[in-house]
Amino acid sequence: MSLSRNSILTIISILLLFTFVWYANNNLTPYAVRIWENTAIFLMLAASYNLINGVTGQFSLEPNGFVAIGAYVAAILTLTPDQKDAMFIIEPMVPWLKNIHMSFLPSLIIAGLVTAFVGFLLGFPVFRVRGDYLAIVTLGFGLTIRVISNNTITITNGALGLKGIASYTNIWWCFGWAILSMIIIMRIVYSAFGRAMKAIRDDEDAAIAMGINTFWIKMAAFVIAAFFEGVGGGLLAHLITTISPTMFTFFLTFQLLIIIVVGGLGSMTGTVMATILVIWGSEILRFVEQPMNIAGLHIPGIPGMRMVIFSILLIVIMIFAREGIMGQREFSWNWLFSIFKKSKSEA
Amino acid sequence: MNSTIILQQLVNGISLGSLYGLVAIGYTMVYGVIRLINFAHGDVMMVGMYFAFVGVAMMFLPWWAAFLLSMFATAIVGVLIDRIAYKPLRNASRISALITAIGVSFFLENLFLVVFGGVPKAFPVPSLFGGAINVNGVIFPNIAIITPIVAIVFLLMLLFVLYRTKYGMAMRALSLDMETVRIMGINVDLIISMVFAIGSLLAALGGVFWAMRYPAINPLIGIMPGLKAFAAAVLGGIGSVTGAAVGGFIIGISEILVVAFFPSLAGYKDAFAFLFLIFVLLFKPTGIMGEDLERGRF
Repeated sequence: MSLSRNSILTIISILLLFTFVWYANNNLTPYAVRIWENTAIFLMLAASYNLINGVTGQFSLEPNGFVAIGAYVAAILTLTPDQKDAMFIIEPMVPWLKNIHMSFLPSLIIAGLVTAFVGFLLGFPVFRVRGDYLAIVTLGFGLTIRVISNNTITITNGALGLKGIASYTNIWWCFGWAILSMIIIMRIVYSAFGRAMKAIRDDEDAAIAMGINTFWIKMAAFVIAAFFEGVGGGLLAHLITTISPTMFTFFLTFQLLIIIVVGGLGSMTGTVMATILVIWGSEILRFVEQPMNIAGLHIPGIPGMRMVIFSILLIVIMIFAREGIMGQREFSWNWLFSIFKKSKSEA
Repeated sequence: MNSTIILQQLVNGISLGSLYGLVAIGYTMVYGVIRLINFAHGDVMMVGMYFAFVGVAMMFLPWWAAFLLSMFATAIVGVLIDRIAYKPLRNASRISALITAIGVSFFLENLFLVVFGGVPKAFPVPSLFGGAINVNGVIFPNIAIITPIVAIVFLLMLLFVLYRTKYGMAMRALSLDMETVRIMGINVDLIISMVFAIGSLLAALGGVFWAMRYPAINPLIGIMPGLKAFAAAVLGGIGSVTGAAVGGFIIGISEILVVAFFPSLAGYKDAFAFLFLIFVLLFKPTGIMGEDLERGRF
């Protein structure tokens, strides 16, 4: 009985969320809508990153590579042959890619699938090492993807990047994918599969002793995360409408890392809260870069100050609030109702 | 491809490799003692460059004084980083410390961006390091001769400290078992500070020579050499000082040779160190001279 109550509540809250999206789309300023779109995309990226780092406990630093692959694949698929002809001025694009032209949704899905396949191939060398070495190898992967996108001029247009990508991404696409990815990831986390992932995080050797095939569980987490990060990359490409290799530096990974750490490694609820906090917080922090007048005193704006404050915040959080907002806890309807029951019995 | 060109590339490779080696020693010592990948180390190298730049171009010190000042000040920065950011996390999980190190790295980069701006600054190269000697068609730039000599001198000094002094013995003991060393009455925090001081000092030295080799510095300049030095430290077997130096030479020389023999791959040179590292890790998971780490330290 309680399951159906919870399912109904979940469906109602998703409907409420879509009402909010509808309201936001019609009433908010384009700037605010853009930030909400960013929030949804980053939620999807962070949640899938958390599946590897937080839930499975494999400290990897690869999302910038995956997002880059997804962005390039999706952008190349939706650009028309004429656009590609006009853009590739150093060297023409390889013909087998030039004549492909697709609509938005299939290109997003293909972007996800291609990224997932790359994640699958990468998994073989990556999961032969553990711990710190895993971080190094995945960091190297992100770097390698950027170097490749800079140099394969006949496919990616090199350092010039791709321009004029149709701006298909709107707030509906962003929230739709974000909710879909959250539902799938939550389903995984609460399945037997998810428990195996947590077992690997808590004690890998014990997990092996329990008969868990740790390699394939890690690989599954990696491939699923890669799929959503690829789709997220495609959404980003069609939101910003221009991509170049410099967009996918380690800084992107760093932002996602802040989100999952602030929220609590392994907690999807925490990821949702932290995404909103970090994306909106970094917009609000823009005021420190504006010139200010406080009590007649003129303070000139300091460009770049935002990032200094941001990195200090990360260090302070790590030292004083290591668990993040949620630790490894999750929100659930039962938990919500238990609070009400408790306060009733106390009254 | 004649022998002159190969010799020329070897000269370049050895001088580049000794720079990677100098920076890699800092990674390897910190990792050896507190098991932390000090992601900020490449940025500490950048800090050293800027201190030397301030000394020479803004305080008009003679170059040797500016370089010494830079090494000393960078050592203090290294110790401060450890005291402020890493020490409170000594008993925390490895991931917390690693994330903090990434935070420190971004803090240094952005702080220097705010202070010095993103526009590259011209690093004044002292005349002693500017010239070149021509031996049978092979050009030996002064800097390419001096760098490996300085690197090897400092490496020998470090090995002397590590293996012939009380403090060095404490450092080596610390890398084996921190708790026992603490019980033995050794000031663990002091020794860790010394490790950070030595590592940062060598990073500043590497940074100054890097700045003279590529005399335009910006606040993000430490990232790439830092990552490659890190790859060198892992390649050599993280935790081993000699391994770091050897790894540095291997990465530096092979990077130069790859570009020399396959010019079409020049654009890929930044990724090469990592691909090479991944390849080596597949066969030798703890690096060339690495200890046999137990599995899964997190």
